[in-house]
Amino acid sequence: MTNRRFRGWAASIAVLALMVGACSSGSSQSTKKAGAKAHEGVSVNVLTFTGPQIAEPLQRRAPEFQRLTGAKIKVVTVPFSDLYDKILTDMATRTNSYDAFVFDPQWMGDFVPPGYLEDIGSRVQGDQALKWDDIAPFFRDFSASYQGHTYTIPLDGDVEMVYYRSDLLKKDGIQPPATWDDYLSIAQRYNGKDLNGDGKGDYGSCIAKKRSAQSYWMFLAIAGSFLQTQGTSQGSFFDSATMKPLVNNPGFAAALDVYKRTTQYGPPGELNLDVGDTRGLFTSGRCALSMDWGDIGTLAIDPKTSTVQDKVGTVVLPGSRRVLDRGTGQLVDCNATTCPRAVDGVNHAPFAAFGGWSGAINASAKKDVKDAAFDFLAYMSAPGQSNVDVTLGKTGFNPYRVSQFENIDAWVKAGMSEAMAKNYLGAIRDSFQSPNMILDLRVPKSADYEGVVLDTGLAQFLAGELNTQQTMQQIESGWEKITNDQGRDKQKQSYAASLSVQR
Amino acid sequence: MDAGRLTRGRPVATRGVLEARTTRAGSALGPNFAVRTAFIWPALLVILFVSIFPLFASLYISLSRLELARGGFTFHFIGVENFRELLFGGERTHFLGVSRPLTALGWVVLVAGLALLCWGLARAWRGGVSLVGMAFRLVGAFIGAAGLWLLTHTLLSHGGRPGTVVVTLVYVAVGIAAQFLLGLGLAHLLTQGLPGQRFFRVVFLLPMMITPVGVAYMFRMLTDTSKGPLEPLWAAVGLTDFSWVTSPWGARVAVMIGDIWQWTPFMFIVLLAALESQDLETVEAAMVDGANRWQTFRHVTLPAILPVCTTVILIRLIEAFKIIDLPNVLTNGGPGTATESLSLHAYVRWRTLDLGQSAAVAYSLLFIVTLVAVAYVSLLRRRFAEE
Repeated sequence: MTNRRFRGWAASIAVLALMVGACSSGSSQSTKKAGAKAHEGVSVNVLTFTGPQIAEPLQRRAPEFQRLTGAKIKVVTVPFSDLYDKILTDMATRTNSYDAFVFDPQWMGDFVPPGYLEDIGSRVQGDQALKWDDIAPFFRDFSASYQGHTYTIPLDGDVEMVYYRSDLLKKDGIQPPATWDDYLSIAQRYNGKDLNGDGKGDYGSCIAKKRSAQSYWMFLAIAGSFLQTQGTSQGSFFDSATMKPLVNNPGFAAALDVYKRTTQYGPPGELNLDVGDTRGLFTSGRCALSMDWGDIGTLAIDPKTSTVQDKVGTVVLPGSRRVLDRGTGQLVDCNATTCPRAVDGVNHAPFAAFGGWSGAINASAKKDVKDAAFDFLAYMSAPGQSNVDVTLGKTGFNPYRVSQFENIDAWVKAGMSEAMAKNYLGAIRDSFQSPNMILDLRVPKSADYEGVVLDTGLAQFLAGELNTQQTMQQIESGWEKITNDQGRDKQKQSYAASLSVQR
Repeated sequence: MDAGRLTRGRPVATRGVLEARTTRAGSALGPNFAVRTAFIWPALLVILFVSIFPLFASLYISLSRLELARGGFTFHFIGVENFRELLFGGERTHFLGVSRPLTALGWVVLVAGLALLCWGLARAWRGGVSLVGMAFRLVGAFIGAAGLWLLTHTLLSHGGRPGTVVVTLVYVAVGIAAQFLLGLGLAHLLTQGLPGQRFFRVVFLLPMMITPVGVAYMFRMLTDTSKGPLEPLWAAVGLTDFSWVTSPWGARVAVMIGDIWQWTPFMFIVLLAALESQDLETVEAAMVDGANRWQTFRHVTLPAILPVCTTVILIRLIEAFKIIDLPNVLTNGGPGTATESLSLHAYVRWRTLDLGQSAAVAYSLLFIVTLVAVAYVSLLRRRFAEE
């Protein structure tokens, strides 16, 4: 090649390079000018439990979020009983195939200490649209925080309540149940009667009792009023001074007795019913009473599935007139000393079971993925979305923001009568404002204490494999083993910390 | 039988060839040794990695407790604690069940079983079994007696309750027996020249093609007396207030029916192949000699297909011990722990990442499967040897 030809080639290449460079910089500028989407090209895998509830709003709003931000949200679902180990295995083995999780905030006791979850405190403070202060204090301090740091964004508000057929009770002049004895007598009264006009006998009480599901929270909701009397910081699971389980005493035995007796007035296959089944039975008019989170309230107004629209009343969990005296270990009558929080001589202990589905981010995800995941969870929780979602039964989300309790119009718009909305929201608010509300267990291995040992013991008790005493002994020894394996002092500190949250 | 002698003759010949080869290789150690090593080691490494390593890894896990650590997890060695918990600790009633005083039937079964074991031992002793062989038989008899004690004291007792070991054994024994008999019956029917054989051959195979979870859901719907597809039938017989899956034995029967429905086709297809490949001349000869249908089946057909029968039972036996999908989906192991198999027991522990306890249950299952399979094979070998 001659020198002249070489120079000619070099000049041509230089001109071409300049043109390409100019074009590319021009195109990048034009993209920016057009307002590039914040998370264009980012994909986020979100793991939660098999729907339809909880997964439904995430799946429904994911395309909306993609249109707004460009981030592709893939919602992966697994059965509830597999969710805990799926999350833990993914992070512990550093597989990290999921970037965000919508889970039970009780599990933070296992997920936070090893550093699996991202601290999102600064992100939360920097996001004005999230309206963090609108989230009720309990959810900010319990469901979202662990030992002073923020790890989750609440998406759901959870408290157990009792639902009753207001039309039946009103017609017969019966007051809603204030105690568990009232609950049993109402259940007995209506059991076997036709409650929905189809000519068939229906059931007095429908409570989810299926094993390896979400049933043990129903039992804990009964046990609470027998076990906790001195206020939230007393706790109902362990003696906070010794970490000795409160599962082998006359109070626990009384709760087991109530739990078993409700089965007499339930559907024949109640031991194999999950919450989805009991909700369906109640909203199809087949049950006089049920116990559940806030879901029945919103499912009952769905005209597609409910035959009990405007026939449903909600009350704070019934209580007990006899409670456990932890000093003597005996059941004693309620008085000013034994039940300082009692209402009309009845000790109520509303149970914030589970704590509400909450979203967290995998600390090992890439930064741009974490950004997109946070924005998605914040989008789901922002009032613009959540204030609608909590009024829809299919979402499984229940109210947790102050604005959701104050804005009755949104509920009326969703199909509730004003009276029912006030009754429903009032029961939730009264539960959260109760000075004796029970916080769910949130220590390392909570899933083992409740989901395996307690769940198995209760299932065996209901099936008649164990009597009351054997059930209590089995649960006690199982809990003691977990505590000893994990280290009693460590568990005790964790339990004390979980009871001291501000509300 | 001639076939038996031929079978026993083969290893001797093979051993002779191997010895000859070894001698030749020994005379030229150098290059042959290197070549042999080079060819064998890759395969050996693959086997070690795929089979042996996981076996030892899970053994180690069964002797440890998983602890979450910063950024990952660690295993803390705790010795045989997980096994102690299963056999003597808080998990004992779950794993082994609750034993109670025997009923009259329980005593009869226990005494008859023990007598059978003693008779077997006495027969072996009289038959001139070596001391080592006798020692093995004694150990086997002891384990068999312990198993029999557990079975009778949990199943045939006043207030006893089977644990996951016994429930699994019941699933296996009842399931295999029913699947074999039904499979053999169906296969025999299809060799009788009835109309529509091709159609029924496909129909009988269908259950095996369905995913076990699908089968479990189907049976869950069928056993639902209040809203399942069979509701009118249950209502007609006044059973709408009854639930199969809230009574322990109702639930176990539901699981067994599902398992039998799904796996009978496997027995059926293998036994059908065996029946169809049977030598017709012997059957015709038996008939000419005046044998009726039952005699022909019992004395001609059955001995001819016996090797296939024993093999197919062994395969299903090993597979049946691992049952998990049906009880998990149908009843979640409930009511209580009534339908929980050993695999489901391990899975329940694994769900909360209690890998140590889970591995201990899985190892116990491996031990039981191996024991039963070895006992079955050695019984068969003896039977064939006798014939």
